[in-house]
Amino acid sequence: MTKPIEVKQDAPIVINRTATKSYALQESAIVKWSLITISLLFLALFLILPLITIFVTALEKGWDTYVASITHPDALAAIKLTLTVVLIVVPLNTIFGVAAAWVITKFNFKGKNLLITLIDLPFAVSPVIAGLIFILLFGAQGLFGDWLFANDIKIVFALPGILLATIFVTFPFVARELIPLMQMQGVTEEEASISLGASGFKTFWLVTLPNIKWGLLYGIILCNARTIGEFGAVSVVSGHIRGLTNTMPLHIEILYNEYQFTAAFAVASLMSILAIITIIIKNIIEWKAKEV
Amino acid sequence: MSIQVQNVSKRFGSFQALSDISIDIESGELIALLGPSGSGKTTLLRILAGLEGLDEGAILFDGENITGVSPKERKIGFVFQHYALFRHMTVFDNVAYGLKVRPRKERPSKAEIAKKVNELLSLVKLDNLADRYPSQLSGGQRQRVALARALAVEPKVLLLDEPFGALDAKVRKELRRWLRKLHNEFHVTSIFVTHDQEEALDVANRIIVMNNGKIEQIGTPDEVYENPKSPFVYDFLGNVNLFRGRLHNGKLTQGQFEIDVPTYLDSHEEAVGYVRPHDIHIEKVQTSNDTVAATIVHIHLLGPVVQIELKRDDIDEYLEAEVTKEHFNQLGIKKGDIVYIRPKQLKVFIPEDFSI
Amino acid sequence: MELTLKKRNKKTIIPGFSLTLGYTMLYLSIIVILPLSMIFFNTFSMSWSEFYETISHPRAVASYKLTLGTSLGAGLINVVFGTIIAWVLIRYEFPGKKIVDGLVDLPFALPTAVAGIALATLYSPNGWVGQFFDFKIAYSPLGIIIALTFIGLPFVVRTVQPVLQNLSSEVEEASASLGANRIQTFTKVIFPELLPAMITGFSLAFARSLGEYGSIVFIAGNIPMKTEITPLIIMTKLEQYDYVGATAIATVMLIGSFLFLFIINIIQWVTNRKFNQH
Repeated sequence: MTKPIEVKQDAPIVINRTATKSYALQESAIVKWSLITISLLFLALFLILPLITIFVTALEKGWDTYVASITHPDALAAIKLTLTVVLIVVPLNTIFGVAAAWVITKFNFKGKNLLITLIDLPFAVSPVIAGLIFILLFGAQGLFGDWLFANDIKIVFALPGILLATIFVTFPFVARELIPLMQMQGVTEEEASISLGASGFKTFWLVTLPNIKWGLLYGIILCNARTIGEFGAVSVVSGHIRGLTNTMPLHIEILYNEYQFTAAFAVASLMSILAIITIIIKNIIEWKAKEV
Repeated sequence: MSIQVQNVSKRFGSFQALSDISIDIESGELIALLGPSGSGKTTLLRILAGLEGLDEGAILFDGENITGVSPKERKIGFVFQHYALFRHMTVFDNVAYGLKVRPRKERPSKAEIAKKVNELLSLVKLDNLADRYPSQLSGGQRQRVALARALAVEPKVLLLDEPFGALDAKVRKELRRWLRKLHNEFHVTSIFVTHDQEEALDVANRIIVMNNGKIEQIGTPDEVYENPKSPFVYDFLGNVNLFRGRLHNGKLTQGQFEIDVPTYLDSHEEAVGYVRPHDIHIEKVQTSNDTVAATIVHIHLLGPVVQIELKRDDIDEYLEAEVTKEHFNQLGIKKGDIVYIRPKQLKVFIPEDFSI
Repeated sequence: MELTLKKRNKKTIIPGFSLTLGYTMLYLSIIVILPLSMIFFNTFSMSWSEFYETISHPRAVASYKLTLGTSLGAGLINVVFGTIIAWVLIRYEFPGKKIVDGLVDLPFALPTAVAGIALATLYSPNGWVGQFFDFKIAYSPLGIIIALTFIGLPFVVRTVQPVLQNLSSEVEEASASLGANRIQTFTKVIFPELLPAMITGFSLAFARSLGEYGSIVFIAGNIPMKTEITPLIIMTKLEQYDYVGATAIATVMLIGSFLFLFIINIIQWVTNRKFNQH
């Protein structure tokens, strides 16, 4: 046996494009800087200024008003409801996403493309329609309306309706993040694990999950952001009962329409902070995933 | 462990991957499954491992029918073509995996696992890389990790899918030698898939040549190389010159060639003669009338064997001949020379019997 | 619907097929198939004339035009600027690039209602930006386009970016070595490679725009016939307990969206064949 060869054959080669660019592939400095300026101006107008508006308006009347706005009982109730929705919807969608990605990427079966289309469907459906369909099912005049009324079960204009509508809008996120990733990874590592005597559950836990963890987390983060912020679908099914069925975005709407701008933007600023945190976590995940 | 493959067939949709395959493998053999891609060799290997189901037939390990048994319970070690190392585990954890996932009752203690893994790692000369991740290893190192991982579960059969396929030529040669050495030490029945005839001839003690889901020939490297049973085997194992001609009165005629083939005395039909490059006799001066003239087109001088490309003068066909350097120097020929050639040994196949 | 394993993997050793397929189908049935079928079920319970009258009401028709027009406008703006932004983020170095790159995801992360009130405030006649224009931005179709541009931007940037990243510099060098100038190289070599991604980005943004509600209601002004988008018509009908009318309009929207996705798929198929024949 000879000495192990020390060449890292598949070591990733990182090339900094801009650093290695030959002269012929550079635009002139004028073109470059005008493109950068256009981009930054565009982003300023559409992203940065709106973000600043939120915080400036929220704090316009001072810190005390701000704190009062976000500690108002209705605001707290909205925050609590939103958290409840997140705690139920996100885990459900995560399990669904993993199961759907598993069946789609590890097996071949008839109707697979149909299944993928069904998973993509919510992206083509307006959130308002997402709310409408649950009214048609469970509303007073809906398909199950009489039965639900007779049994005194409330779905629409109550928490279950909000959950259903939110799930409809947010369930694709985890699955869509995982499917391409697991497709790329194939089944050989799972096969190797099983050929070495591991059970199906151990294979998933020890081999599949560590391989997909960043993608999974990424999907969860996106799903979470949309769950917190979903407005149209929830607006239809919630019934806007203050302190009871108002999620944070709905609470913002009510405050805004009542010209309580400072209060509206105060709650909005909380959600913006959550959004910024989401983006930061997302970037950390991307950075981690690249490392692996 | 001995292995019997009995009348195994397998279809993928409309594609017949294996048709009626039967093989007997004795305990301790080192077998090469040789064939071009799509010949069914990898499918057969995966069926042996239990990674793929079969449509008909049976697989017996030591006389026991294990056709429906899961890969877990087959006591096999499988080395995947692209290694399938667990990318998020270190080399150590990869090798330890098969022991760690055993049910609690059968699982060795942590110390025992560590001892076993370290033994294996020193066997594959990777002890100093135990903490590395697969992405930090070279192809040859990954291959050895895969091998150590498969050996850790003490398999009764070692199955290797194109074990050297993804490696460069030099590493490949080393690992080949090393696999044979390993096999000599452990004597575990081993089967490897390859499309490289040189690899099969070099490593295996028996070769199973496959094509289109069927077995073309089973035999020792010597047998299949020296005495191919079909044109396919002839063609697949090494270079070959084709003499497409006509059989008549026990002679194969092509152009000015008339070659004696006494076994086909009564046949009068189209036939193809197969001649290995080293079975082409070359002379500078015509000594008998069973030779034909040819022009040297190219001489490839490298190593102990000289390859000579020739163009026949009687018909528009090219030939390849091989002579030793010594003989080449004795002949004293150069590019552009006219020489006289004849096949020293020729095997005739009648095309209707075989489809190439 | 028939969902059975193809023969190929009937005896696959990867476990969990029935479990995961069963769970997936159950979930989809409860969340998607059953509820969505209600739309068509309810529509079929309407008479044709009733249905036609609802969907061809001038207010509804005006909303279709508005929704399509503003979605198209915002989509085109995003294709142009989104591609420029993607280009700048991949090809150039400048201070603050990392932050800008992260910020592009803001529309994905920020609740639509929050974006809606922020944009409405910013572009209202006395807002920071609105005050500089002597025509109305908020409370006009222009405002809707602004909101949809905000919503759709990351779709274009994030689909074009990876394609640009993976574009081999060799083809550009080849083009330059063959005597092409920078503009020729861009239009003849880079642009064709980017086009499929641009179309994908556009269609994702456009599809999202067609159904968008949250960010628009605050900035649109919601004046019937002028700035009333189709999802808002559904909303209004629902508030008047006109479920039948709402369902009819929803049917039009769904069919419109599916038709659009179908056409886009064909276009993508054609461009992929044209530019990426391997």
